[in-house]
Formats: sequence, C-alpha cells, structure tokens
Amino acid sequence: MLNLSALLYVLLGLISAPLMLGVINRTKAICGGRTGQPLLQVYYDVVKLLRKDVVYSRTTTWIFRVGPMMALGGLITALLILPCGGAPAAFKFSGDFVLLFALIGIGRFFTILAALDTGSSFEGMGASRDALYSGLTEPVLFAVLITLARITGELSLSSVFANISPLLWSSSAAVLILVAVIIFVLLLTENSRIPVDDPNTHLELTMIHEVMVLDHSGPDFGFILFGSALKMWIFSALLIGAIMPVHTGNALIDGALFLGGMLLTAVTVGLVESTMARLRLLLVPRMLVGATAIAAVCIFLTLK
Amino acid sequence: MNMILAALIVMLVGGFGALLVRSIPKIANSLGLGGAVIGAVAGIVGAISVLLSPHAVNSLRVPWSVPFGSFYLAVDSLSAFFLIPVFLLTGLAALYGAQYIWTPQFKPMIASHWAYYNLLAASIVMVLVARNGVLFLVAWELMALASFFLVTMEHDKVSVQRAGWIYLASTHIGTTVLFFFFILLGTKAGSLDFDRIAAAGTQIHPHATLLFILALIGFGSKAGIVPLHVWLPEAHPAAPSHVSALMSGIMIKTGIYGIIRALMWLGPPSVSWATTLIVIGCVSGILGVLLALVQHNLKRLLAYHSVENIGIIFLGLGIGVLGQATRLPVLVVMGYGGALLHTLNHAIFKGLLFLGAGSVLHGAGTLDLEQTGGLFRRMPWTGIAFLTGAIAICGLPPLNGFVSEFMIYFGAFHAIQSNAALSALPAVVAIISLAMIGGLAAACFTKAFGIVFLGEPRSLQAAQAHESGAWMRWPMAALALLCLIIGLSAPLIPAMLEPVVTEITGFSLSSLPNLSKQIQSPLSLVLVVSLIFGGLIGALAWFRFFRLRGKSKSQTVTWDCGYATPTSRMQYTASSFAQPLMALSVGSMLLKKHIIKPLGFFPEDGSFNSENPDFVEGRFWKPSFKGVEWFLLRFRWMQTGSIHLYILYITVTLITLLIWKLW
Repeated sequence: MLNLSALLYVLLGLISAPLMLGVINRTKAICGGRTGQPLLQVYYDVVKLLRKDVVYSRTTTWIFRVGPMMALGGLITALLILPCGGAPAAFKFSGDFVLLFALIGIGRFFTILAALDTGSSFEGMGASRDALYSGLTEPVLFAVLITLARITGELSLSSVFANISPLLWSSSAAVLILVAVIIFVLLLTENSRIPVDDPNTHLELTMIHEVMVLDHSGPDFGFILFGSALKMWIFSALLIGAIMPVHTGNALIDGALFLGGMLLTAVTVGLVESTMARLRLLLVPRMLVGATAIAAVCIFLTLK
Repeated sequence: MNMILAALIVMLVGGFGALLVRSIPKIANSLGLGGAVIGAVAGIVGAISVLLSPHAVNSLRVPWSVPFGSFYLAVDSLSAFFLIPVFLLTGLAALYGAQYIWTPQFKPMIASHWAYYNLLAASIVMVLVARNGVLFLVAWELMALASFFLVTMEHDKVSVQRAGWIYLASTHIGTTVLFFFFILLGTKAGSLDFDRIAAAGTQIHPHATLLFILALIGFGSKAGIVPLHVWLPEAHPAAPSHVSALMSGIMIKTGIYGIIRALMWLGPPSVSWATTLIVIGCVSGILGVLLALVQHNLKRLLAYHSVENIGIIFLGLGIGVLGQATRLPVLVVMGYGGALLHTLNHAIFKGLLFLGAGSVLHGAGTLDLEQTGGLFRRMPWTGIAFLTGAIAICGLPPLNGFVSEFMIYFGAFHAIQSNAALSALPAVVAIISLAMIGGLAAACFTKAFGIVFLGEPRSLQAAQAHESGAWMRWPMAALALLCLIIGLSAPLIPAMLEPVVTEITGFSLSSLPNLSKQIQSPLSLVLVVSLIFGGLIGALAWFRFFRLRGKSKSQTVTWDCGYATPTSRMQYTASSFAQPLMALSVGSMLLKKHIIKPLGFFPEDGSFNSENPDFVEGRFWKPSFKGVEWFLLRFRWMQTGSIHLYILYITVTLITLLIWKLW
C-alpha cells in the first residue's frame, strides 16, 4: 500500500544521490593528496548538461534518444520500492525486489541498445561487457535475496530490512557479514567502480559503462549522470538496509543512522578506489564467480 | 465444443479445397487463408465460451471399431486454455503467411502449403481435444507429419533435407516412448479413454514414477527440453517463418500440455518429481540461452530461445508440483499459473519474433546477423514489433513476459520462506536459474535487436532492405499489442487462470479468500508501479522536449577518436558481442575455431573462422546414433533382397505370435 512518509525518502534520494559521488571523489582526492573537485560538482555538471545543446550521430535512431530516459525513469521508479532508514518503502508487496531489479534491468537493456545504435566499436565493446557482467551479477543478486528471505522469513524488501535485528545478528552473524561483502561487490560492479571499471577514464580498454555513453550529449548525458548517481544510492541503501540492526522507531534517529551509513559506504568506495587497481577484464568474471560461490555458501548456511 | 468442431472442419475444408484448385494459385491462396482465419475466429469464440462456463458439457462420444475405447472428444478448461493461443496464432500467422509465400519461390507450392498448414493447425487442435489414447496418438502423428512437410517445403536445399531428417527422427523417438506410455496406462486402466484413465487412479499410482519418466521423455522431446532439443534449431530455421512461428509458438506447447495431462492422472506427486522438473528446467533454460547467445542466424537464435522458454515453463511446473507435494496453495497457483501464463506469453512473443525474423528475411534477404544492421531506418514497423517481442521475452516490465516470470519467482520465494530445507532447495535452484536466464536473455536480445536493426548496414542487401507489406505488418502489430495488454492486465490473471489450475490440481483459489488477496495485491501493485514508470518516462520525455526546444540539434558522425573514414566493417559484430562469454571457460564448449596460420616470410593463405556446433548433438547424439548403426549393421545378413525369404520371415513371425497367444 502507498506509504506517504516514504515519499520523503524518495525525495531525499533524488536530492542527495549526486552528493554520494561527490563524497567518493573527495575521499579519492584526499587519499591522493589533492584538493579535489567541489563536493557538489556532480550537481553542477548535471545542471550544466541540462542546459546544453545536443549533438547526434547520423547513424542513430530514436532508440539512442530514448535510452537515457528509460534508464533514469527505471531508477526513479525503483526508489518507490526501495526502503530507506528503517521506514517501509512507498510501495511494499511480496516479491517487490523482483520488480526493483527488473526496473533497473530495463534501463540497462535500453542503455545497451543505445550504445549499439551508434554503430561504434568502442560502444559495442562496452555494451557487450555490460551485457555479460549483468548476466553474471543477476544470479548473485538473487542468491543474496534468497538468503535474506530465508533468514528473516519475509518476502518484501521493507519487511526483510525491518527484521534485521540485533537478535538476528547474534544468531546468523556469519551469513549477514557474507551478505554485506557480496552486496558491496555487486555495488562496485553495477556502478562500474574500481576494481571492475574505472569511472575516470575514457579509454576503450578500461571501461564498461563510460564507453557506452560516449556519444551522448546535453540533457541526455545529464540524465545518464544523474541516473548513475541514483544507482549508487540504490545499491548503497540496499547494503545499509541489509545489515543495519538498529531500528529505534524514531524517524529522526533512524534517518540519521541511515545517512551515516550511506556516508560511510561512499567513503569506503572511495578508499577502495584509492587503494586498488582496476582488475584485468578477464579477471572480473572470476571475481563475480567468486561472489557466486560465497552466495552459495550463504544459502547453504541458511538451509538448516 | 460445436464451435471448435466447426473450426476444425472449416480449416480442413479450406486446406484441402486449396489443393483442389491448385492450378489457380490466387484462389488456392485465398481459400487456404480463409479456412485458417475463419476457423481461428470460430475456435477462439468456442474456447473462450468454454473457459467462461467450465461446467457445461463439452464432449462428443461416438463408439468406433478401434479397440480400447471410443471416439471421444472433449474440451475442459485446460484444453480451452491451450486452444486460445493455438487459434490466435494460427489465424495471425496465416494472414502473414498469405503474403509471405506469395513469391516466385513459393508460388508453385501454395496449394500444398495451405493443405499442410491447415492440417497442422487442425491436428494440434485434435491433440488438445482428443480424449482417447489412440485418437491422441493419431493426431500427434498427423501433427508431426504435417509439420515435417512444412519444414521441408524447400526440399531442394541440402540444409533443409538435413533439418527434415533430424526432425523426423526425433519426433518419432518421442512418439515411440508415448506408445509405451499409453500402452502401460491402457493395460492398467483397462481402457484408453481419458476419463477411465483418470478414474483408475489406484491401478495407476503404483507405476506413477515410470509413467512420469515416459511422459517426460515422450512429451519432452516435442517440447524441446535438453538433451532432446536438437531438432528445434534445425527445423525452425528451415521452415517458412510463419510456420516457424506456429511450430515454436504452439506446436511445442503440446508437449507441455501432455505433461500437465499426465500429471493429472498420476496421482499425488512427490518432491522428487518437482526436483526433476526444476532440474530439467534449469538445464534447458541455461543451456538454451547460452547456445542462443552464440548463434549467427536469427531464426536459429530464436529456436534456442524456445528451448530456454520451455525451461522457464518447466521451472514453473516444478514449483507448482512442489506446492502440491508440500501442500502450499500459493505455490500451486503461482507455479502452475506462471507456467500456463508463460505458455500463452511465449506463444505470443515468440510468434511475434519469428514473424519479425521472417520480415527481416523478406526485406533484407538474409538471416545472417553479420550481414544485417541498420534495418530500423528502413523497416520501422518490423523493428518496433521485434523490439516489443525482445523486451517481452527478456521478462522486463510492463510487458507480459515479466508477469509470468514474476509469478514463478513469487511462488519460488514463497517456497523458500515456508519450506523445510529439503523442499526449499529445488526452489533455490529455480530462482537462481531464472535470474541467470533473465540476465543472459537480456544480453542475447540486445545483441539480436542491436546487431540487426541498429548501427550501420553491414551488407549491400541490408542497405537496400524494404519494409514488408500490410498483411505481414498487421499480424505483428496485433501480437505486439497483445504483449502490452496481457502485461497491463496482471491483476486479473490469477482469477482468469483459476479454473484451469483448479482443473489440474483440485486446489481452488476461491475457497481460500486470504490466499487470493495474498496473490492479487502484489500483481496489482506491480501494475501500479509499471504505470508510474510509464508516467515518469512521459514526464522525462516532456522535460527533455522542453529543454531542447529552440536548441541546436546538430548531426555528425559517431565519435571515432578522430579517425576520418569510418566504415560499417569497423562496427561491433554479433560474434564480437558474444566474445566475452566465449572467453570464459564455458565458451570452449560452445565454440569451434578453425585457424590456418600464415606461415613463412611471404604468407599466402591464412584464415580464421569459427562455428558454434551444438555440443549436445555432437557429443551425445552423434555417438549414440553411431552405436545404433553399428548394432543394426550386425543384422545386415538378414536383408538379402530375396522376396521368398521375406515371406518366410512374415510366416515365422505370425506362427510365433499365434503360438505365444494360444499358449
């Protein structure tokens, strides 16, 4: 059922998602001994892009123009199902997570098509890699969901997160820690961060996501940039929700805890990016298969 | 029932009438088409009226001279549910086909085409309404033969001959197993009439496991489960496209129908059956999509996707059976319901995709992915239709594929939440397989659509492609619209499927009011969120339009890092798109490389080519058939060619049988 107070969290997500990318960039800058870009740089970029003209390749069709809208629309809609800060999401029903990931999936589907629409081999490369990696991350994602559904006995994301309690931590701490590790790996993969992909470069050899959007410009690219911030927000919220054991019932305290968790996640991503190198592309599937193996262990731990 | 009988007669009259006037192709074409379309309309009306009033008597029983029962036809809600896509696709594919075969290449065969086409449709209907084992097998065999003749329409091509041969062999292996299945049932029940079989529960149940395995092999070979799938990727590309749509969309579903019918007779199922179904679904689904991902021929790719979707249907059936075995009504409704809905959905979107592929062949003259590209500009209708089918088959909201997959996911998650470890494990396998299939299917269909319709043309014929005519476009548009309509009617679906699920399992949804709420509300909210998604896309489009108004929109070449003369040969190809998968260890199973390295200081020849043979065919069936051949060659000495000896064989056999009978 529609939950109005949760709409505030949707609004919060829309407003503060780009800040997460700012925090990540600032962490990387501090680790690298630089001052770095302003914390609000992503906002400036999005606003600037929305004002700009567009340039289209003659090869492209309307698929190319629709792609960014589909991706952003899917992610904004996903916010409606995403529970934040201990509060139930705007919509909560059994199996809502299937819809959540399908909404992210439809955005990816159109992003890949938009990349292929340019007829460029760079963008084809990115599209092909993204398609393969999503095929590999999907089972891991659902393995995590199985684990969470099994230990909490709930079937909607909001109830699952509400049932993560200190008691549950004391009985299945190992499973929850493994779940956190897997979600973090998924977060890095899905958001194209190091060690899977390097968000800073535009060279075809290093990239997946950046190379796919090489030809977009103006408002279209603004949509994409904002969309990637939202995607980061969604996956971080999933991570925090899956491990946060404290639910006081006080909206302010829960909200503060949630935001603190999000900040910590962003800093951690920044630290990982500063201390690790990007993996060779062929090693990424191995990492994901490793995550699958851990997920399988999780499931077996819960099937007792 | 009367409407369905009328539909059968109209179809057959149209088909064989076309044969009578074969000297005038135009009349033959109209006659065959008319029979198929009028029959389809009558049949849909009949099937829907049965679904709306499931308790009316819908049977016809006439004694006949064939042993083991009577000439017995009936339509219950299970049959009626399967009849709807049969008639729907028959009618639409016939409209499409009437223009598709109106080419110099097919013209001489128009009359026989319609005879076989209508016979195929009629025999599928007969399979679904037959209520006697002998009648069922006759219809089953007619269905196999009619489709065999349609597959081999272009029988002067070597590849078509090979396809026909593989199809004929595999369908008969399946039929042989079904003979054993029905003989065993008949001897235990004392009759081959289906109502007697259903009534003879206690005689049958001790043999249930054996019968279950026979049904799985016999019906599974028609459905195309791995490893019995090898005929699909051969037969579908060989047949004319609207026939592929018919075969892949509905003919293989008779296998699913058969398995459900068998499950109804075999009594209370066990968890091990559910596990078997889920493992079959998992293997078929994942191998199907992996093999599809590496194909270069569009129709072959779609054929492998049929294997994948049959896998998904099996996963749903497995969840339903698991629910029966562990007495969880939610699983029963969502599992069987999801499987049934996916059967209908697959008929619609796979029919649509095959018709789209036919349109590509018609317009661009090739099905080779590496020869196509950029067709979206020249064939916008086909492109949109194909895109709709692709989104639907990937199980993405708000189209129909998502609804059926959501139902199966829902059932499986419910099993995980409420079952003991042993019966939760099959559900875990089902979910992980569904997730993997979903991810890889998206990869496969972004490839299929992206390479064929987007980018730059890769060949001259693709650059000169033309859109198909109205008769071919409208059936595709209708199917695409149906994908959306079914997707948007998600909340109504459990109620619509309820009589069918009750018919199969005896579980009644209306007797459990709490349950119906448990099932209804997620599907309603799925619809609400899908509508919000649609609204948001609209809002973003408006925002974008508003922002871009009055701005300059310049056109240029695709960014190419400053390289001045990009050609379409520099584009990513279908093979390169699938290459990262090939680089994984599973890839070595799917890919065979032939490399001639350039040698010496002035190398003359060097070449590289790769192919993707079906390793199940190469490593399992080829050796098996070699073994059978070796065994049969041992009996060659019996074949002398002398007629006296043959008469002696017959006499000896007859006497032996007589003695055996009289003993």
